[in-house]
Amino acid sequence: MNKYLFYPGCSMESNAKAYMESMHTILEPLDIHFEDIDDWNCCGATEYLGINLIPAYSLIARNLALASKQINGTHTIAASCSACYLNLSKADHYMRERPSLCVKVNEALAAGGLKYKPGTLEVRHLIDILVYDIGLEVIRSKVTRPLTGLRVVPYMGCMLPRPDYKHRWSDHEHPTELNDLLRALGADVVDYPLTTECCSGHMPHIGPETAFELIRRLVSDADARGGHLMVSVCPMCQMNIDAYQGEMNHFFDTNYHMPILFFTQLMGLAFGKEPKELGIGTELVSSRNALANIGVEVPVEQEPARPRRKDEGLPMPRRWTKHEARKDAVK
Amino acid sequence: MPQMTDERVRAGLSHEEDLSLLNEVSMKTAGVSHLEMCIQCGTCGGSCPVAQDMDHTPRMLFAMLRAGMREEVLRSNTQWICVSCYHCVVRCPQEVHIADVMYTLKSMAINAKLYSDSTAPDFSQTFVDMVEISGRSYEFGLASRHYLKHFPLRLPGMTPMGFGMLTKGRMLLTPKKIKNMDQLKTILHRAKQLELTS
Repeated sequence: MNKYLFYPGCSMESNAKAYMESMHTILEPLDIHFEDIDDWNCCGATEYLGINLIPAYSLIARNLALASKQINGTHTIAASCSACYLNLSKADHYMRERPSLCVKVNEALAAGGLKYKPGTLEVRHLIDILVYDIGLEVIRSKVTRPLTGLRVVPYMGCMLPRPDYKHRWSDHEHPTELNDLLRALGADVVDYPLTTECCSGHMPHIGPETAFELIRRLVSDADARGGHLMVSVCPMCQMNIDAYQGEMNHFFDTNYHMPILFFTQLMGLAFGKEPKELGIGTELVSSRNALANIGVEVPVEQEPARPRRKDEGLPMPRRWTKHEARKDAVK
Repeated sequence: MPQMTDERVRAGLSHEEDLSLLNEVSMKTAGVSHLEMCIQCGTCGGSCPVAQDMDHTPRMLFAMLRAGMREEVLRSNTQWICVSCYHCVVRCPQEVHIADVMYTLKSMAINAKLYSDSTAPDFSQTFVDMVEISGRSYEFGLASRHYLKHFPLRLPGMTPMGFGMLTKGRMLLTPKKIKNMDQLKTILHRAKQLELTS
């Protein structure tokens, strides 16, 4: 029995529900037990750090303090979201590097009856645990439905292999962990140099032009390399590439259809689970055609209605595209 | 503070050689920033996936910090465009904590109310408000409040996405709340007091 503390993070309960469901289906066959940190709070993502330093680190450290009270045979926290993973490890690392930060954060925590000594816990990502603790051999032995013939694009994202305070990853820019894992499942792994490029994080809400350009690079390259689908290890990456692909397509007047699934969903499929148990079908860019390559049938669900291309009927604000932005510039 | 030398005045330099801004930013950054070690090699700007949308590349911004150009630095959109992908951080030969310096510049710009576009600061503030109310992030509240204010024209185009997220159960209509909210509020209240005194 491999036991770990688990920090789910807010996305796992909403936009990345499929990640949570599929993760739980693969834990059992691999003999892993996750114990949730009781009453965990948001890690603050990339937003809180840009507002106030001490409150941001106190917010993160509350989770570490709560987890350190639950240490029972393990002192490792597993996180499934790259941003949560980074924030938790960042707080632990900087509290050690800068003792004055540690003192202040602990003073704030003390107001709530908590304390945290940096170094008490080890923060690790789910894929790190699967590849290095469980091992690819064990994972390979559980495969009952190899993903042979499925061309997958491994997309690692940026916040996982970087900045890498504890030197856990094989490389900062071209790590191989995800590729190795997917290969162990029998998938045909596409060589994807953009694997650790940024998905744009929260940029779709801040500077959509900047965000769409980053999403376009990732999707167009995955498409040009003949990938059937992309594979993600982070709720934020999945959300940006899946949910904003439609708006990005409209913005650039392109027509990409690049589904993106979580690696746990593919592991579940390879372990012989049914798509329904794995939350397959909740992605907005349907993976139905991609999964047909390995003979997996995804139940048909009604596709969301396409927006009208032409302004007809009642006067509505025109949809904003790069083309129109250019036309406005010429005027 | 060092005096302006005659040579500098004759050369038309309006900024005194004043490292207090550099030190201030360095002190306010989590961890040891290594900011004063920057050798202006430009690896950061060259590695940046969004440099094309920035007013100044990180290298340029750090030179401006060193020159004490407080207002220009805080008004720059660079820190708001930064997507925290840490490409520059792992490539920097001097190990400058570039992404964390960007966070510091964001909070300094907010405190000094020096930013040319309020979209990003508003988004951060709305996100933080949601977290301070319930202890968890709340996408539906965040998205509706933010988009109505800043991107109302994008809303018609976003309906298929919003509809899909709601019907597939990927967006919750009500926020999740942690049990011990009082404890979190007390901690954050104390942390804010400490922030002011530091």
